[in-house]
Amino acid sequence: MRQTITQKILAKHSGKKEVQAGEFIDANVDIALGNDITSPLAIKQFREIGQPKVFDRNKVVIVQDHFTPNKDIKSAEQCKFVREFAHEQKLKNFFDCGSVGIEHVLLPEQGIVGPGQVVIGADSHTCTYGALGAFSTGVGSTDLAAVWSRGKIWLKVPESIKFVYKGRRKKWVYGKDLILYTIGKIGVDGANYKSMEFTGDTIETLPMPERLTMANMAIEAGGKNGIVEPDGITLKYIKSRFRGKPELYRSDTDALYSDVVEIDVSRMDPQVSLPHLPENSKPVSEVKNTHIDQVVIGSCTNGHLEDLEIAARVLKGRKVHPYVRLLIFPATPAIYLQAVKKGYVEIFIKAGGIVNPPTCGPCLGGHLGILTKGEKCIATTNRNFVGRMGDLESEVYLSNPAVAAASAIKGKISYPEEV
Amino acid sequence: MKFKGKAIKYRNNVNTDEIIPAKFLNTRDDSELGRHCMEGLDLGFAEKVRKGDIVVAGRNFGCGSSREHAPVSIKAAGISCVIAGSFARIFFRNAINIGLPIIESEKAAKSICDGDEIEVDLQNGSIKNITKNEDYNFFAFPDFLQKIIDSGGLIPFLKHSKNA
Repeated sequence: MRQTITQKILAKHSGKKEVQAGEFIDANVDIALGNDITSPLAIKQFREIGQPKVFDRNKVVIVQDHFTPNKDIKSAEQCKFVREFAHEQKLKNFFDCGSVGIEHVLLPEQGIVGPGQVVIGADSHTCTYGALGAFSTGVGSTDLAAVWSRGKIWLKVPESIKFVYKGRRKKWVYGKDLILYTIGKIGVDGANYKSMEFTGDTIETLPMPERLTMANMAIEAGGKNGIVEPDGITLKYIKSRFRGKPELYRSDTDALYSDVVEIDVSRMDPQVSLPHLPENSKPVSEVKNTHIDQVVIGSCTNGHLEDLEIAARVLKGRKVHPYVRLLIFPATPAIYLQAVKKGYVEIFIKAGGIVNPPTCGPCLGGHLGILTKGEKCIATTNRNFVGRMGDLESEVYLSNPAVAAASAIKGKISYPEEV
Repeated sequence: MKFKGKAIKYRNNVNTDEIIPAKFLNTRDDSELGRHCMEGLDLGFAEKVRKGDIVVAGRNFGCGSSREHAPVSIKAAGISCVIAGSFARIFFRNAINIGLPIIESEKAAKSICDGDEIEVDLQNGSIKNITKNEDYNFFAFPDFLQKIIDSGGLIPFLKHSKNA
């Protein structure tokens, strides 16, 4: 007994009654994910093993979302290499061409991931699915190739840190602000190798897209996984989506945690993380008036329909500052379509924004919005490392969609109430 | 396994975007990745690195993106091993999986300076700083990890276990 939700899921998947933190296990994997950047290396390694078929064509998922639509000839070649593999293996969930969405928004939306699963992905933000009550973590390409072969992965059972968020959020404060604040408090390696369990009355009422945003950024504190116990909000979200049978786990009340961190949300302001680490979070009031050249709204962190709705609310009837490029990336085709139907796309275009296809694009300095020397960008993405969005002397500031949209209008980092 | 080389020293929180910027992720060619190693952090790296050199860094080395291209580029650049105060977990796995030796030692990470001549003995768990005449010890890996390392990475290990 005395098990956390993470321990319970891992125990179930390794055929044990319970597991202890620090114990090495060989866990069965429900979903094994790759993208157009990590899959080519994984395919190379998988071929090296010499096994003709992946362990289960229904459980191997590939999304070509990073450098697509193909940004250059080499990327086109990589995508072609992946496509040939996906077709040869007859993968059931291969997202290419018009079905591409940003993987960590697409998989929950399509009901491929759900509560109680073990999800392994060759992408660090695979930790996103913990918001649904799954154990979900990022690995590299060779680990992924091994999972494609065996359907299993060796894992060290992590210790857990319990984060307890209390209080009512102020207007313009979202899950993104909670997680930026948290990373600022514990640092970029504050949860290294550990599980981050998000709890408290604030989380109990937090909508699913914002929970996904929080779990998405667990890796930015070094976390192995981020996780939220499934509840009514989870069940409502997965109801018309999840194709599997949800297994709902909760942490025992006397479960062991390496640390408990309490955070009072009631006085928290929207946060902005300054260059060049996500841990440099400050209330927006402290960084106001920083001039910006570009705004990016999208990514696996904040490309949900609800994020676009927030941005549209701020931008409606207003104009983007003439010196600023506002780039918007609906995360999936379904979100894009809804954004058209609900009039958000019209609001964005009339405001002077540029609406892009679903892709990771500029978030990792891929394409569609690269910065040159001396340029500054405020982005709803998850990383502001040196050179992340382009030149080594460019800067990225991280924020929620409301702050990003307000900043686009003013041409400088701004509080949403100011517009 | 024993290695000897010059230390190339870096700070805390070196991330994988710095080790290999995303603009080079459109290839799976090891030697090309090796040519661009550390380009997001140290443009002089390619000039100064010599085969066998040892990267020494502070805490949380390899944080951020899961890109395995990062340890692949370090290995392809000729680095014999990486010593750090601590490693981000995905980088840790990736390095072991591709057969890049890594060592966690806070003391070594703090004491070793850029340019120091270093000798590492993986079996004995010892690091010798020839320049400073200091010794540092580190803990051995768990058995099954050591087996992966001894096989030269996860894929050779899996192939070996399948044939065994």
